[in-house]
Amino acid sequence: MELILLLFTFTLAAFLGFELVSKVPSQLHTPLMSGSNAISGITIVGALIAAGQMEGNLSKWLGFAALVLATINVVGGYMVTDRMLSMFKAKKND
Amino acid sequence: MQFAINISYIVAAILFVFGIKMLGSATTAVKGNRISSLGMLLAVVATLARSGLGYEWIAGGILSGAVIGFIAAKRVQMTGMPELVALFNGFGGLASLLVGWAEYEKARPDWTAYLQLDENSAVPAPWFSAIVIVLAIVIGGITFTGSIIAYLKLSGKIGGTATVFPGQKMLNLLLMVGLVAVGALFTITVEGVNAQFLFLSTVALSLLIGMLGVMPIGGGDMPVVIALLNSFSGLAAAAAGFVISNTVLVVAGCLVGASGLILTVIMCKAMNRTLGNVLFGGFGATSGGGSKQVEGEMKGISVEDAYYVLEAAQSVVFVPGYGMAVAQAQHAVKELAEILERNGAEVRHAVHPVAGRMPGHMNVLLAEADVAYEQLCEMDDVNAIISTVDVAIVIGANDVVNPSAVDDESSPIYGMPIINVHQAKTVFALKRGQGAGFSGLVNTLFFRDNCRMIYGDAKATVSSLVSQFDD
Repeated sequence: MELILLLFTFTLAAFLGFELVSKVPSQLHTPLMSGSNAISGITIVGALIAAGQMEGNLSKWLGFAALVLATINVVGGYMVTDRMLSMFKAKKND
Repeated sequence: MQFAINISYIVAAILFVFGIKMLGSATTAVKGNRISSLGMLLAVVATLARSGLGYEWIAGGILSGAVIGFIAAKRVQMTGMPELVALFNGFGGLASLLVGWAEYEKARPDWTAYLQLDENSAVPAPWFSAIVIVLAIVIGGITFTGSIIAYLKLSGKIGGTATVFPGQKMLNLLLMVGLVAVGALFTITVEGVNAQFLFLSTVALSLLIGMLGVMPIGGGDMPVVIALLNSFSGLAAAAAGFVISNTVLVVAGCLVGASGLILTVIMCKAMNRTLGNVLFGGFGATSGGGSKQVEGEMKGISVEDAYYVLEAAQSVVFVPGYGMAVAQAQHAVKELAEILERNGAEVRHAVHPVAGRMPGHMNVLLAEADVAYEQLCEMDDVNAIISTVDVAIVIGANDVVNPSAVDDESSPIYGMPIINVHQAKTVFALKRGQGAGFSGLVNTLFFRDNCRMIYGDAKATVSSLVSQFDD
């Protein structure tokens, strides 16, 4: 039953994603891409669980490596997107 | 507690949705990105509240990752943005692969005990866990090495052109068949003695395919490849979500997967090519001849004469391409645009969707140079008024302004939407030399009567135009 729920969620999320992005103007494609790239770092949740295991030697190391990489993806991705977006300014009224 | 954690995941997913929605408009984008990062923070905090986690390794991992990510994001130049995004993307893919692998290592010694913990899998059967682990490994692995190759190409550490060799398609096909076979065998015999060997082969083959898959794709096709890899990194996270049956991974990963896929389709349309053609065409390596003979000659113009034309112009359009990024000319362009405006001309910047090395690349550079958002025009808007434009200044763009795409049916780029600068009254093309563009095609624009070439470094040329106005 839980599998069906997950698949259901997956399908709805796919349609939602298509709807959300299809009308973004081309000027914003780069920040959109790097912003969504940061979101794909959500795998950090899985990495946390694996790195926080009490036992499990290799598994824990793998989790630790995943955690470092996912954190780089998340922190770097959001910061760089913020930097880019803050440059898109409307014309100053001078 | 578990209930509270799950509620937090739902809230996080909602924040992601709002974040992506707000990224779609210039006025709300900054806020949208911050809302989405808030969602990420919430998801992380909620996960830390789980029972039975040891925090030493977690603290170490988060700290080192955050420092590296912080430094990379602070130091990157705007021109280096495509390769940084590619690199981050690759890290995300590898992280998903490792999450899948860690889960396999957890289960390997004793599948029965692993599956009894009901939080571990949506379906308490080894084959199901095996399938979703393989998906996370394959998609994550391809994303990782594919992105690394894209990173190396974009940063110029390896040649940006398409690398093709005889039998390449055959080799890639064989590897893919091999990957499917090994992966399938692993899921069937997941509790068998050879399972570990099959697992490691799956990892190796995925990494190899990602690498060899991106190798034959040339620099000008990078916008498509980056968008596709972006989509993959999301799907890898979603697959990892199925592995640990975690809804927030499934939702967020799938949102990214869908949005990346849309961008991929938009990029393909802007090049009038199919995805298959981009991935397997080896475009640029095989130059499609058969174009009709070009009549006339390229006519140069001195900076001084160009200045007199510009001074009289009422309406000017800049068309930047990857050459502007290479020459770092965006600040000089902005300066010239300001002078022209003060001189009474209407100034626009027309950016083709695939100009540069990632979707929307040129817009970021111009925004960095402080060009107002309203002056960044989309292709269709400029094409509607192009015949009223006095001067179109093409800076390091080539294929995206090649009129063969409109009028030469034998041309390989025929049908690709272009910025119709050839319909402007005058065109100045700033170019390093007389060579062809990325596609290897002759650009018939340069031979037209209304086009004048200004050879040399784009930044130097624009700067000397600026100083002509100052005198």
